[in-house]
Amino acid sequence: MDINTLIIAIASMGGLGLLFSAGLSLAEKKFYVEEDPRIEKILNELPGANCGGCGFPGCAKFAEVVVAGEVEINGCPVSDDEARKAIGEILGVDVDSGEKQIARLMCQGGNYETAKKAEYAGIKSCLGASYFGGGEKMCEYACLGFGECVEACNFDAMYMSENGLPVIIDDKCTGCGKCAEVCPINIIEMHPESHKLFVFCKNLDGAKTARKVCIKACIACGICVRNVEEGQMMMEDNLAHVNYDIFGKEAKLPTDKCPTDCLAIIGQPVIDEPAEKVEA
Amino acid sequence: MNLLLLFISAAIVNNFVLTYFLGICPFVGVSKRISSAVSMGLAVMFVMTITAAVTWLIYHLLLVPYHIEILEYVSFILVIASLVQLVEMFIKKVSKPLYDTLGIYLPLITTNCAILGLALFSVLREYSFAESMVFGVGAGAGFTLALVIMAGIREELELSNIPKPFRGAGITMIVAGSLALAFMGFAGLI
Repeated sequence: MDINTLIIAIASMGGLGLLFSAGLSLAEKKFYVEEDPRIEKILNELPGANCGGCGFPGCAKFAEVVVAGEVEINGCPVSDDEARKAIGEILGVDVDSGEKQIARLMCQGGNYETAKKAEYAGIKSCLGASYFGGGEKMCEYACLGFGECVEACNFDAMYMSENGLPVIIDDKCTGCGKCAEVCPINIIEMHPESHKLFVFCKNLDGAKTARKVCIKACIACGICVRNVEEGQMMMEDNLAHVNYDIFGKEAKLPTDKCPTDCLAIIGQPVIDEPAEKVEA
Repeated sequence: MNLLLLFISAAIVNNFVLTYFLGICPFVGVSKRISSAVSMGLAVMFVMTITAAVTWLIYHLLLVPYHIEILEYVSFILVIASLVQLVEMFIKKVSKPLYDTLGIYLPLITTNCAILGLALFSVLREYSFAESMVFGVGAGAGFTLALVIMAGIREELELSNIPKPFRGAGITMIVAGSLALAFMGFAGLI
């Protein structure tokens, strides 16, 4: 290859590039679409993680719909009060910031607590396991333990414990809800930060089956319901529920009465030692 | 007559998507509704036609006379990328909802191998200018056809009871495979 080829190559490609870019910039002027300048300002205030927690494809799209007035400013679960206030100022509206939401795992059935029905050797993914036989645990409402939620978390707010259950770090959780979305058995729920008392179980089986599959399952004994004031807790489909609307903070908490420890308070030390293994 | 045969060949017998398996990404990505499949198909058809014309001109008037055929990939990609930019601006101006529906797949036409494939094929097969234009239109029509058939089937699938393991990507792949098999029936027509 002689030097001439090189020069021709550079000149021709450069010329083509110039030609096309000139054409494009002309077209840009002709097809210019005016955008609301507020969209970009709001975009600057948003977290920019494009996590999709708001339900839109990304922060840019969220900024667009906020300006259009289709969603509330607090529709972005990740942004903090300061950012919301700033967005409110751009739009000229007052914001009542919603309470921070935190993901909670509604299952305590780790490797120690639940009985195994089989050895699962399929693809190491929660979704895969849920399609083919529902994983290796006897309880069909139990955490499958492959950590798909941990992978989905964009904020490093989750890790897998020794016991094979995901642990949520409250301080890091932004409440985007990604983990709850990917969980194929829907045992991760979003709860306001002030909620502390939970029934950490989703098992709808009767007492006999529930007790057999997991030592921490709700066996629907109703002790908790009898130990609180009327309406604070109720029993539905073999599962105890906390009624957060009327559950006062000073109410007597019946956690010590629960025979299987499935009713517990977040913040209490969670037993992480191998409990007695249950036999199937 | 020759041009008509070439058109039918590019659109049906040697369909880019279902026989050559080029441009699978938008084929799977934008085939959920017929309306957006048609617009995507038309956008690709436009880009293909202009690409076929411009790349022919560049190849025969610039690359061949100066013996720099090695630069065909670079210059073809340049043409395609600029055209896609143009189409993107145009669609954004004319129809914002359509722009939103096509989403990421619109700029991704740039990397759609069907279009680069088209440009390279017409060089390889030594088409004349008219032939390569017809080839471009035909390939675009074939792409649109494949996309619309797929979208039609997938719209019906939304209403049917699919076994759980096949839902989503699984059934889409199966449908795409069956379509390709069906198109094999055209082999040898021309």
